[in-house]
Amino acid sequence: MIVEKIDLNLDQGTFLTILGPNGAGKTTLLKILSGLVPPTSGVVEFNGRNLHEDSIQVRSRIGVISHRPFLYESLSAWENLYFYGRMYDVGDLDRRIPEILGQVGLELFAREPVGNFSRGMVQRLSIARAIIHDPEALFLDEPFTGLDQQATEILSSVLGRFKTRSRTVVMVTHNFEQALALSDLVMILNRGRMVYLGPVQELDLTLLKELYRRAVEGDR
Amino acid sequence: MPFLKKVWYITWKDIRSEFRTKETMTSMLIFALLVLVIFSFAFNPTPTETKRIFPGIIWVGFFFAGVLGLNRSFARERENDCLAGLMLAPVDRSAIYFGKVLGNSLFMLVVELVTLPVFIVFFDYSVRGSLVALGLIFLLGTFGFVAVGTFLSALATNTRTSEILLPIILFPIIIPVVIAVVQATASIFAGASWSAATLLWVKVLVAYDVIFLVVPFLLFEYLLEV
Amino acid sequence: MTGSIRPVGPSRFWGWVLFVVMVAALYMIFIYAPTERQMGDIQRLFYFHVGAAWNAFFAFFVVFIMSLLYLKTRSTRWDVIALSSAEIGVIFTTIVLVTGPIWGKAYWGHWWTWDPRLTTTLILWFIYVAYLVIRSSAEGENRARFAAVFGIIGFVDVPIVFLSIHWWRTIHPKVIDATGINMEPEMVITLLVSVAAFTLLYFYLLSQRVAIETTGREVSRLRDRLRTRAGL
Repeated sequence: MIVEKIDLNLDQGTFLTILGPNGAGKTTLLKILSGLVPPTSGVVEFNGRNLHEDSIQVRSRIGVISHRPFLYESLSAWENLYFYGRMYDVGDLDRRIPEILGQVGLELFAREPVGNFSRGMVQRLSIARAIIHDPEALFLDEPFTGLDQQATEILSSVLGRFKTRSRTVVMVTHNFEQALALSDLVMILNRGRMVYLGPVQELDLTLLKELYRRAVEGDR
Repeated sequence: MPFLKKVWYITWKDIRSEFRTKETMTSMLIFALLVLVIFSFAFNPTPTETKRIFPGIIWVGFFFAGVLGLNRSFARERENDCLAGLMLAPVDRSAIYFGKVLGNSLFMLVVELVTLPVFIVFFDYSVRGSLVALGLIFLLGTFGFVAVGTFLSALATNTRTSEILLPIILFPIIIPVVIAVVQATASIFAGASWSAATLLWVKVLVAYDVIFLVVPFLLFEYLLEV
Repeated sequence: MTGSIRPVGPSRFWGWVLFVVMVAALYMIFIYAPTERQMGDIQRLFYFHVGAAWNAFFAFFVVFIMSLLYLKTRSTRWDVIALSSAEIGVIFTTIVLVTGPIWGKAYWGHWWTWDPRLTTTLILWFIYVAYLVIRSSAEGENRARFAAVFGIIGFVDVPIVFLSIHWWRTIHPKVIDATGINMEPEMVITLLVSVAAFTLLYFYLLSQRVAIETTGREVSRLRDRLRTRAGL
């Protein structure tokens, strides 16, 4: 999967949604931006710091939510968060973990092994895992797919809180409604290239769909 | 040092996970005992023969059980794509390697500790020799096996035929450990705990352990590329 | 790589050189070299054995170097040479493992004596096979990278294996393994020519295999491009 010629500049606090058909390279782009995969050419920088060179420093300021939960089934919710908290050098975990479990509505299940969780609970815990270190930038790969009602509400409120606190968010999604509701900026990716980048302000659902259709078809 | 702390927490996670279910260690234990039983039926050794082959049999049991455990080592990380979660975290990738080596070594040592007395009883073997020397050999040998084994298990786990691949690629590489550890164990059980022969094999094991900790450390990130 | 497929591989010239040297070697092995006093004609296997043995190890050294180069540069060229050298290396190693015991049986009356050199060659065979199995088991991107990593691990292991077996043997000496051949000057020359012939053979085969692999990959690449164009 190849992604090329992406030139992107995001101000702190911007919420960007990336749209595009399957195979357009959205996940690949997200992997590069979040530091999982190094770019073959070009750089990814956060506040002037190169992601792939100063990687340990920069990664501690990034959070990622993917459709894979990154959770250990035989460990409890508390233990999972404790582990990731340690990996991200989060201080005062005895206070932070209950706080964040509260935010995702899992306070009562702290000592339950994740293997016993329902799908919705796993997703909520995954959100908690992603934000335990209070990242400056959050990357989400199709986060709303397959979420139950409660998890969707929680995720929306977490993202809303992020916006008010001027955190940067990059979200890959298929969901136009969510894109419009949450983002400031929208990017359309097709065949590995950026075919549209623009603000969401003037758009409504019909306009966005039309824009998308034209961008993808016009790129044949 | 933050690096060592993170290594420790990765080890902690593996130990915590394993001790919750104890699946892997139990399977390893049972497999080692099965090897013991099969060897007994296959060789039906006389007491003199037992004396000679005992060190070999126990280590064969440990190594075969060890491969079983190693297979599981990275399988757990693949479950929920946890490996990606670790790679996204501000953690040196080699910390993942060291953390797992420590965890796997511990599991294997526990299995060895439990099965050795069983082997001794079952084969009616009279043990002699220094416990310290024996302990040293067990530590060095297990560690060497696990150092390469963990590394190659990370490789095998990302292939189509992961479980069958690991023994095929691991066993040729650990031949020196097999030779050293069996010779040293035999030497100790024969009462020559700190003889020149034993010390030679200790040196071989130390050299092997160092080399096969450093080389995998240098190469580990090549295995993790996504 | 450009889109055209050019004829590649060893040139005719080297093919002829190989032919000439090989014929010369065979002549020397079977006719020129004198019959060994104690072992008789079976000793002539020795020239094949040594010729193949040297190349079996050299081929893995090549795999090692190519593995390092590949990890450093990620250029497929090195991966192709590594793969080719490994395949040819297995063949030479097999020749060593076949001629060794035959000769051993004839000379000492034992098929296998755990001689350190021959036993190390046996382990080398397993390392080669493991290398090739990794190649078939790994998918896509991982294939070349994993193989390269293992090529390095395997190469580092070989000397340690040899030393371990050597020390193990000195504690349990079984059969004397001295190559007690009185080497008359004609034999030495024959040996040198044989080794040269086998080495040329190695390079010739390597070059052929690299050509086949390169062409094959180019064909695949073009086929995939055609498929994408056709929208499949």
